Amino acid sequence: MPLLEAIDVHGGYGGMNILNGVDMAIEAEEIGVIVGPNGAGKSTMLKAIFGLLSVTDGDIRLRGEPIANLSPHKLVERGMGFVPQEKNIFPSLSVEENLEMGAFLKPASASRLKQQIYEFFPPLKEKRRQPAGELSGGQRQMVAMGRALMNEPSVLLLDEPTAGLSPRYMNEIFERVKAIAATGVGVLMVEQNAKQALRIAHKGFVLAAGQNRFTDSGEALLNDPQVARSFLGG
Amino acid sequence: MNELIYFFNYVVVAGSVTGCIYAMGAVGVTLIYSILRFAHFAHADMMTLGAFVVLLLTMLFPHAGDALGLPTAIVMLPIGMVFTSLVAVGIDRAFYQPLRTHKVKPIVMVIASLGVTLMLQGLIRLFAGTGAQSLYVDARKEIFRLEVPGITRPIILTEPQVILFVVTIAAVVGLHLFLTRSRLGKAMRAMSDNPDLARASGINTRLIITLTWVIAGSLATLAGTLLSLDVAFKPDLSFFLLLPIFAAAIVGGVGHPFGAIAGGFLVGFAETLAVFNWSVLLRPIRDSLPDWLALPANLALVGTEYKIVVPFFILIAVLIWRPTGIFKGKVI
Repeated sequence: MPLLEAIDVHGGYGGMNILNGVDMAIEAEEIGVIVGPNGAGKSTMLKAIFGLLSVTDGDIRLRGEPIANLSPHKLVERGMGFVPQEKNIFPSLSVEENLEMGAFLKPASASRLKQQIYEFFPPLKEKRRQPAGELSGGQRQMVAMGRALMNEPSVLLLDEPTAGLSPRYMNEIFERVKAIAATGVGVLMVEQNAKQALRIAHKGFVLAAGQNRFTDSGEALLNDPQVARSFLGG
Repeated sequence: MNELIYFFNYVVVAGSVTGCIYAMGAVGVTLIYSILRFAHFAHADMMTLGAFVVLLLTMLFPHAGDALGLPTAIVMLPIGMVFTSLVAVGIDRAFYQPLRTHKVKPIVMVIASLGVTLMLQGLIRLFAGTGAQSLYVDARKEIFRLEVPGITRPIILTEPQVILFVVTIAAVVGLHLFLTRSRLGKAMRAMSDNPDLARASGINTRLIITLTWVIAGSLATLAGTLLSLDVAFKPDLSFFLLLPIFAAAIVGGVGHPFGAIAGGFLVGFAETLAVFNWSVLLRPIRDSLPDWLALPANLALVGTEYKIVVPFFILIAVLIWRPTGIFKGKVI
């Protein structure tokens, strides 16, 4: 039984479907990467999983239990973490307070988890008293991921974690994602930097027009000439 | 030196009193705006309602405060705060929450709050009539005269003023500790920053909304009661409070509770300075003035009856030149 499974998911905003039957499955310790052209429904798929838009048909399961159309609040309680692409921090709160908000449901273990996050993202420790809105893009992304990790999720959804970051920070974030998965978390992320992302992916999902076009291991997709030609820019 | 004491009594004391009242009202307005994203026009009426509840309780048990040596209204204050908070939460559940679930535009919420204003005013008038009533039922307001050595004129403070200063300081310190130290206070700031992310972090936003009404309702009761205790309870108190508290919240930068406090004092002092008779301060040099320059009896910038123009002017000036307020807040 996969950790997170999506079966023939249809859905969208207000009657207009963007997803027309998407299938996905990831296990614990795995990284799944969703790539595809603009408007393929990549971010929409993540939002559908996290209950931010309605799933009209199909099934989403967490450890076999149906979770489609549960509210984000309920999903967080069940161990799902979501890092939106934009507006993913509390800008006027300090770095430390941002992390504490991630552990809102687990106040007792907040300080222990905070130490873990500081070990995981050392730059955050020295900036812990600064408002998160004053940090650089890469450090904000660390705050955003740290906030989601504070709830000790079993599944982490990342929407374009490297968007707008310099190559140095991009590699750093990918390294961190690998380390997060290694601790037993299933990671599902949408990425524009498709080639680099597929290199660390156990599973890759190429979406187009709201449907799976190719589904394989990251390596197989990278070596597939058809995928390369159509979606990875040659 | 008598003139300085006069200045102290009529500007420093009076300005601080007005400032405290406006500050506590403006904090409520700013908190409600940051959590619920609409300008809550019924806030001044919530202040009146709080005072009215305390007035009713004081009339029912006029001697409840005697044993403690405090005005009865002060003893009844906590009950009034609880009651007004419950009414505020009830109004939210009955009128604002259905609109929120329909995801209406903020202006619809503003209009709804105007409706609540009229409703509350009607209710208060129905029970309290239209006249002014003292919150000192069967008791007398204590007035402290502090003699300054060598000066004939004393510094005058009334009992409600002293209580107001103490209560305001306690409320500000309490609010600061709550917002920066407690888990729910931080969650409140988080929700103000980014409501979607707050939800995605598992923060119970319904609880935060309830808490916002409780804090705003309690502060409104404190301010309304202490103002009525110092002057008198009037059912149309809100007319004179609504504009200054919004001016204070906007001057301070909407969304910043401490900006609202600064804004409250700024508006309060501006009002007091505008109605202050500057002629008094010039009296000692009257004899040395040339004959053709007679000192007028009244040198106030605006007459007391027009002091409401001051917050109006501040509001318009801020909206034109610095719409985000002193502390870079949101734009209503």
